[in-house]
Amino acid sequence: MEVSKEYAVQMHGITKLFGTFRALDNVNLDVKKGSIHAILGENGAGKSTLMNVLYGLYQADAGEIYLNGEKVVIKNPNVAIEHGIGMVHQHFMLVDNFTVTQNIILGTEVTSRFGVLDMKKAREEILNIVKKYGLEVDPDAKIEDISVGMQQRVEILKALYRGAEILILDEPTAVLTPQEIEELISIMHSLIEDGKTIIIITHKLKEIKASSDVCTIIRRGQYIDTVPVADVDEEELATKMVGHAVKLVVDKTPAKPGDVVFEIDHLTVKDDRGLEAVKDLSLKVRKGEIVGIAGVDGNGQKELVEAITCLTRSESGTIKINGTEIQNTTPRNVIEHKVSTIHEDRQRRGLVLPFTVAENMVIEKYRTPEFKRHGMQNREKAQEYTKKLIQDYDIRPAGCENQPVRGLSGGNQQKVIIAREVSNDPDLLIAVQPTRGLDVGAIEYVHKTLVRERDAGKAILLISLELDEVMNVSDTIDVIYDGTIVAEYKQGEVDENTIGLLMAGGKQNENAVQNT
Amino acid sequence: MLSKFLLLIGITLMYSTPLVFGALGGVISERSGVVNIGIEGMMTMGAFTAAAVSYYTGNPWIGLLAAGGAGVAIALLHAIASVTFKADQNVSGIAINLIGPGFALFFCRLLFKNATTTPPVQTLPKLFGNNAFNGTPVENLNVDITVILGLIVTAIMWFYLYKTKWGLRIRSVGEHPAAADTLGINVSRTRFLCVLASGMLAGFGGASMTLAIISQFNPTAISGQGFIALAAVIFGKWTPFGAYGACLLFGLAQALTVVLGGSDSGINVPSQILAMLPYVLTIIVLILFVGRSVAPKEDGIPYEKGVR
Amino acid sequence: MKMLSKILKKQITSTIIALLFGFLVAAIVLAIAGYNPGQAFGALFKGMLSKPKYISNVIIKATPIILTGLSVAFAFKTGLFNIGAEGQYVAGSIAAVLVGVKLNLPAVIQVPLVVLAGVLGGMVFGSVVGFLKAKFGIHEVITSIMLNWISLYLSNFIVSSQAYHLPNSTSTYPVNESSYTMILPKWKTSDAGMAALKPNKWLYEMMLKTDVNVGIVIAILMAVVIWVLLYRSNKGYELRAVGFNRDAAEFAGINVNRNIVQAMLIAGALSGLAGALSITGIAPHKISTLAAFENYGFNGLSVAMIAGSSPIGCVFAGLLFGGLLYGGQSVQQEVGAPTEIINIMIGTIVFFVALTKVVPALAERLEKRGVGHAQ
Repeated sequence: MEVSKEYAVQMHGITKLFGTFRALDNVNLDVKKGSIHAILGENGAGKSTLMNVLYGLYQADAGEIYLNGEKVVIKNPNVAIEHGIGMVHQHFMLVDNFTVTQNIILGTEVTSRFGVLDMKKAREEILNIVKKYGLEVDPDAKIEDISVGMQQRVEILKALYRGAEILILDEPTAVLTPQEIEELISIMHSLIEDGKTIIIITHKLKEIKASSDVCTIIRRGQYIDTVPVADVDEEELATKMVGHAVKLVVDKTPAKPGDVVFEIDHLTVKDDRGLEAVKDLSLKVRKGEIVGIAGVDGNGQKELVEAITCLTRSESGTIKINGTEIQNTTPRNVIEHKVSTIHEDRQRRGLVLPFTVAENMVIEKYRTPEFKRHGMQNREKAQEYTKKLIQDYDIRPAGCENQPVRGLSGGNQQKVIIAREVSNDPDLLIAVQPTRGLDVGAIEYVHKTLVRERDAGKAILLISLELDEVMNVSDTIDVIYDGTIVAEYKQGEVDENTIGLLMAGGKQNENAVQNT
Repeated sequence: MLSKFLLLIGITLMYSTPLVFGALGGVISERSGVVNIGIEGMMTMGAFTAAAVSYYTGNPWIGLLAAGGAGVAIALLHAIASVTFKADQNVSGIAINLIGPGFALFFCRLLFKNATTTPPVQTLPKLFGNNAFNGTPVENLNVDITVILGLIVTAIMWFYLYKTKWGLRIRSVGEHPAAADTLGINVSRTRFLCVLASGMLAGFGGASMTLAIISQFNPTAISGQGFIALAAVIFGKWTPFGAYGACLLFGLAQALTVVLGGSDSGINVPSQILAMLPYVLTIIVLILFVGRSVAPKEDGIPYEKGVR
Repeated sequence: MKMLSKILKKQITSTIIALLFGFLVAAIVLAIAGYNPGQAFGALFKGMLSKPKYISNVIIKATPIILTGLSVAFAFKTGLFNIGAEGQYVAGSIAAVLVGVKLNLPAVIQVPLVVLAGVLGGMVFGSVVGFLKAKFGIHEVITSIMLNWISLYLSNFIVSSQAYHLPNSTSTYPVNESSYTMILPKWKTSDAGMAALKPNKWLYEMMLKTDVNVGIVIAILMAVVIWVLLYRSNKGYELRAVGFNRDAAEFAGINVNRNIVQAMLIAGALSGLAGALSITGIAPHKISTLAAFENYGFNGLSVAMIAGSSPIGCVFAGLLFGGLLYGGQSVQQEVGAPTEIINIMIGTIVFFVALTKVVPALAERLEKRGVGHAQ
């Protein structure tokens, strides 16, 4: 495509190597001024790398960048900022114990004389932008005290404060409720009206349809296609993204629930700051059933999981597995009562990264007679056992039992955890965000495994921030809001909007009224 | 009674001052995300350089400046290792603690006929002149000029860290270097400079021992002050005035042992047990008040671009 | 290219590079100061290895720092930074003196009792650090620093206490002879012993001129024990899991707090053992008033760092370190250069150990670049 002033951004023939790995291979991107342009691709396809090149965080090994028809070299983020490029990273780049204002001005501080900060003036300037685009946020609040949606606004404000004309949003909806997503989209539109250009990185097809004008698809570092969003449907986009036809729905037969295996009764849990995060929460999971909990991050999911696994104290209420109370015992006791947990934070809670795959595989079993001999580890046994699981769960590379788990890809690390937890033969399997950061193939695999275990008669509790996942996989859908279950539905009885409203704190009946 | 009280204050201030400089050095370095357990070695270098330069020039102020320079020189090693090469900061710090005293004593023997002590040197003046209020109880409050310098530097650092743009940047680099990086702040340069500043302050700390308190350098001039300063940083929750307060507490405890330990005090406690007090006290205070410490989030972790 | 990167990846290569730099920097400093580096290093090695007596003394000097090195290395592998080895060492020597002076039993009972007392002393100091970290979350570095000082003044207190103070001296009474761990201390000075040793010049000099003791055997044994504990036992598996990732270990049902206390307990025991063996194995078999630390524990830090925290590596690093410390004295005697050159040298080695941690990473990059070009 030729270089023209009509385009805010043109990246031609971009190649980026990490060692021998070609993260980007001759990728093109042309973004019209005043448009919302989506970049679609799976995790690891190279979307973020491409944007990091545009933002000057990485240097391309080949290729050219043009802004408004002019060739530019973007050596570092400072240059990008000077050219009016702003970026909102997927993992927010905010200093937790700084205020909103401090975070926004960092790097381009308003000072009076001698580098002394002029916080009053900075605050005023920020409030002006806040008003202009309807980005309500308290400039004096500390980041650690505000919601994720608010934090995202701070990130957008950061870019606007620096005079950004081109705004890059990296997976902006990953942590938002459907309502927050709608608000974000309307903010995006008000920015477009003001003449800004927006590039949005995502792997969520629905949002592309809802927000964008044009979509560029990247697969494994290769440029695939650029299409007007209005002309394609979600299936077509998905096929282009993955490279072959994909099923967007999880294949499963109706559940045949048995007896109640797991029961939480009037549970209250406090968070690190001593506030009640889980309030009087009750739920039940039966044999052969997947119960999914939908909710926005920070509504007590974390504390609920910690209470069940006895990482934190329960203030009141009971948690029963097979009729035995397990609350306020030890993590070990919970595991011994046949509760297995796939934790959302693979690297922090799930794995000991420097340990080998085999060492990770036995981390809950090393103390059982099967894996020890007179206080020594039975290493042969552990390896044998791991080899079998590597085979059964197709963990790659094959024969990795003695390699550090750190060297495995995210998907394979997750398989290690799933293999370990499922092979515990638990009565209750808790899966918290089990597909976070995985690509489509791996997600399909995880969902299949959950359904398979359900069909094998296990009780499964799925907690996820991805509403689609909860809707598709669960037999029973619970909605958590402000630390308590506010509604329960059978799969198919409810639509996404209703759940979305409940997740955001809407009342059930108001909801019913709105829906009719 | 009054004179004893004033004596206590005077000694407290005297003993706390080298610690204050050392601890401020720790604060600035750790706020930027570099753990500096090499303060001890940097202080020893400063202590020797101050004494030697003051001896040869006859001017303690030049000695003080030279001590800062020597601190920077040795801090350069720590900065190169921990910032440029992203090496293990603890290992590098341990090396500094061997190299600093090694160099100090090596050159001491070289310059002063194989002796490990320097001759007595010209010291820095007292606050109100060297002989003011002599013979009156108020004499005890005529403290070394370094005491006041320590307080001033603490105030300046507080202002710098919390009220200026550079301070905001330093703190952001210690808390979330990736965020700072995306905003165009040079993480490595910031950390590098903070480590050098840390060395300069530690050098001053060493100087305030040999140019004010003992007026010569000897092998035990700096014996553990650097580590106490490190403790004061943690104790003071990585803030300048917090660290200052912690240093005062150590100074007070030491002063108590001096004042109470005197033969005429009438208190019959073995001096060794008294000497233990500051350290026992610190542990007790930590148990009672501090709890889980709140280090800068990325303290001690080398920053790698593109790794999140 | 492949060969090169393979060699660079080996840890021993990094260590050797660091050693070379240590000597290089020391040579430069010596040359600048006007000494002949060749002569100085000659004196150093002569003072280390040229006589059986020297070799024996190097080993004796190395024994305690191998053990304190092990203490630091072990703690490091469990995620703890044991800067308190110094205090644990002092605590061990205090406890050994307390028991060894008061008790006088047959050696078969006395020796284990005295050594065990030292181990217990170190354990108490170590476990306090672990307990405060586990229970109150107080950083182990800060408590360790405080306990180092407490141990020093405690030691001085014991020295000056009436029950232990040797009149007209700055030390305690020595421990009773039944506590000694030298090899055949009585026999070797007896006529029969001297006669038996005389034919063998080596043995004669070693045995009669130095405090040859069983310490080194115990130190090596402990290195093996610690290796087995860490890498083959179930306890070691737990300890390492907690060390690498406390959160994951907790989640998997491992009692994190208990493991922290146990790790510090074992680390303290090793340093305490070092202190006890110094008392029982080396003259003057007593503690003296300390004006400053003797650095047995702090040297252990350097040993552990040079060894890359490998338990077996600590034996070699300790011997090297002991050799440099002991041989360094000859540098001053023979060449006139200040012995502190040894501290500069050791510091430089540790410094480059820190730097050379990046060598394997460099090798990896080299490898990748090579492959990249090939493609």
